[in-house]
Amino acid sequence: MIHRECGVLKTTYEADMALYPLPIARWTVAALAVLFFLVIPLTLHEYYLSIGNLVWIAVIGALGLNILVGYTGQVSIGHGAFMSVGAYTAANFANRLDSPWPVNLLAGGLMAAAVGAVVGIPSLRIKGLYLAIATLAGQLIIEWIINHVTFISGGVQASIEVARPQVGSMVLSSQRDMYYFLLFFVVLAIVGTMNLVRSRVGRAFIAIRDRDIAAEIIGINIFRYKLLAFAISSFYAGVTGVLYTYFLGIANYEQFQIGVSIDYLAMIIIGGLGSVLGSIFGAIFVTLLPIVIRLSMEAFGGIFFTQATVLNLIPNLRLILFGALIIFFLVVEPEGLNRLWRNIRSYFRVWPFAY
Amino acid sequence: MSDEFGFFLLLMSNGVMIGLMYSLIALGFVLVYKATDAINFAQGEFVMIAGFVGAGALMVWGAPLWLAVTLALAGMIAFGFLLERAMLRQLIGRPVIAVVMATIGLAAILRGFGPFVIFQGTKPLPLPIRDEPFLLGPLFIPPIQLLGAGVSLAFLAGFGWFFLKSRKGIAMRAVADNQQVAMAMGIHVERYFGVAWAMAGMVSALGGLLWGNMLGVDVNLALVGLKVFPVVILGGLDSIPGAIVGGLIVGLVENVAAGYVDPYVGGGTKDFAPYVLMIMALMIRPYGIFGKKIIERI
Repeated sequence: MIHRECGVLKTTYEADMALYPLPIARWTVAALAVLFFLVIPLTLHEYYLSIGNLVWIAVIGALGLNILVGYTGQVSIGHGAFMSVGAYTAANFANRLDSPWPVNLLAGGLMAAAVGAVVGIPSLRIKGLYLAIATLAGQLIIEWIINHVTFISGGVQASIEVARPQVGSMVLSSQRDMYYFLLFFVVLAIVGTMNLVRSRVGRAFIAIRDRDIAAEIIGINIFRYKLLAFAISSFYAGVTGVLYTYFLGIANYEQFQIGVSIDYLAMIIIGGLGSVLGSIFGAIFVTLLPIVIRLSMEAFGGIFFTQATVLNLIPNLRLILFGALIIFFLVVEPEGLNRLWRNIRSYFRVWPFAY
Repeated sequence: MSDEFGFFLLLMSNGVMIGLMYSLIALGFVLVYKATDAINFAQGEFVMIAGFVGAGALMVWGAPLWLAVTLALAGMIAFGFLLERAMLRQLIGRPVIAVVMATIGLAAILRGFGPFVIFQGTKPLPLPIRDEPFLLGPLFIPPIQLLGAGVSLAFLAGFGWFFLKSRKGIAMRAVADNQQVAMAMGIHVERYFGVAWAMAGMVSALGGLLWGNMLGVDVNLALVGLKVFPVVILGGLDSIPGAIVGGLIVGLVENVAAGYVDPYVGGGTKDFAPYVLMIMALMIRPYGIFGKKIIERI
């Protein structure tokens, strides 16, 4: 967080594992809570809140993908498809059974977890590149199935409308309502991930990432934990899909195509593999990038091009910058924004002295 | 001969032709993987950008055909070489996901670069060959597919000779086998990495011209690259004969599946069937038909 300590002064394991390493940490958390729960939603315009909502949705998905890729070391290019599984499950539940949103959310997450575990089965025999290709196949196959089975996709245009979620008697119709709705799940996802990676399961994941054969030899059941990683990660993805569906009011497979899988991978790479804070940074960065590009091109693009060309160029410019950033971070700062953040913090730890 | 059987033969001949053209693209992937252990998720985009250069030279800048072809070939060879220098060399020794993501990033750049710099929308890429298909009983064979299949076979034979007989090819095999030993034997390993990427660029340039002629050049040309994965997984990632056999299998399966299943499910089987086949192959024989089995030690 933002506070800094003056050195490592811990003498017990309890102190090392403490949730709040310094008393001031409580204040930092409280200040962040005030910022995100009060200042931002009450001061910003609806349009900016809708961008914020997109960021929150991305944060949940990125956290989930980071559990799989960053902590367990299993590549997945199929997360977009897992999100679509969640989205369509929830949409079908909502429309056929008329069930309330908590049921839909859970159903979407669990269904995605089941599908994710099935797609993850090849990870027992294959890894690395082969697994990347296998999950890519999973993505394409799930996309095809959803698009072609009318029982799932609802037929026309493969999209299903979903009513706004309802809490008590209040319908969440404005962006501000959605903001609080999503923020609740973001907090849940962050706390859940942080606790998961500190637990026995999380340590098993990290052992598998670092050397899976060695992990097997010290008694970790690889089969169980790899599938568990896929299932948990896909559960997050499914929940992301459901939330996105509620955000848009419609479930549509075009929102979850392979480009989405790649966007989420980019988030955790730019943010930092194997770090909760990195997932958040990456999600913010990748979600805001196209918006910033569009705004700045609309503002300054007219100097070089005509208005019509500018509109054509924006998506291409986005792709170029997006790819360049991925490569830049991989080559220059493999640990991502999280590492940059830590560097800044450790610089200020002893500031103004050199060391 | 019954119509039924004629239809089957037509699907088969089509599958063989298309399959060989897939092999050509897969060859670029295999060459890189064999020599450098790097995976190129941008292979489809290589093909696409070569198509963009060719079509841009012909249709936008009005260059003659020989110049357009030379430009595409030389451009892609130089691009492959420079890419290895600038990007892939920095990633040597890093985890698989780093290389995978770097090439995915590269794919995004190329997808943006083509329309951003060269031209927008779809352009044809005319080659001086006749349009009417050859008719042979129930078969009709478009000349471009025949040319594509011929070029693929020629290149596969050429690379076969290169790796088996030529000094450079043997050096490349040595690099692929064990980089440290190759280095100790006085082989300039990094140079051969560059050569492998340049060869992939050359193959992609040809693929781009042929596929661009068949499908027209726009960003969607890169989707051909999605077929590369089933091809190489079936054939084996590091095997040139595997690229041919894998290409043929994928070509045949997708055509036969599309011919018989499409009427019932309303299209799209072509893109779906190869991946189902690939998943089965991954379960049963992950290193492919001709691939080298990897034994892991701690």
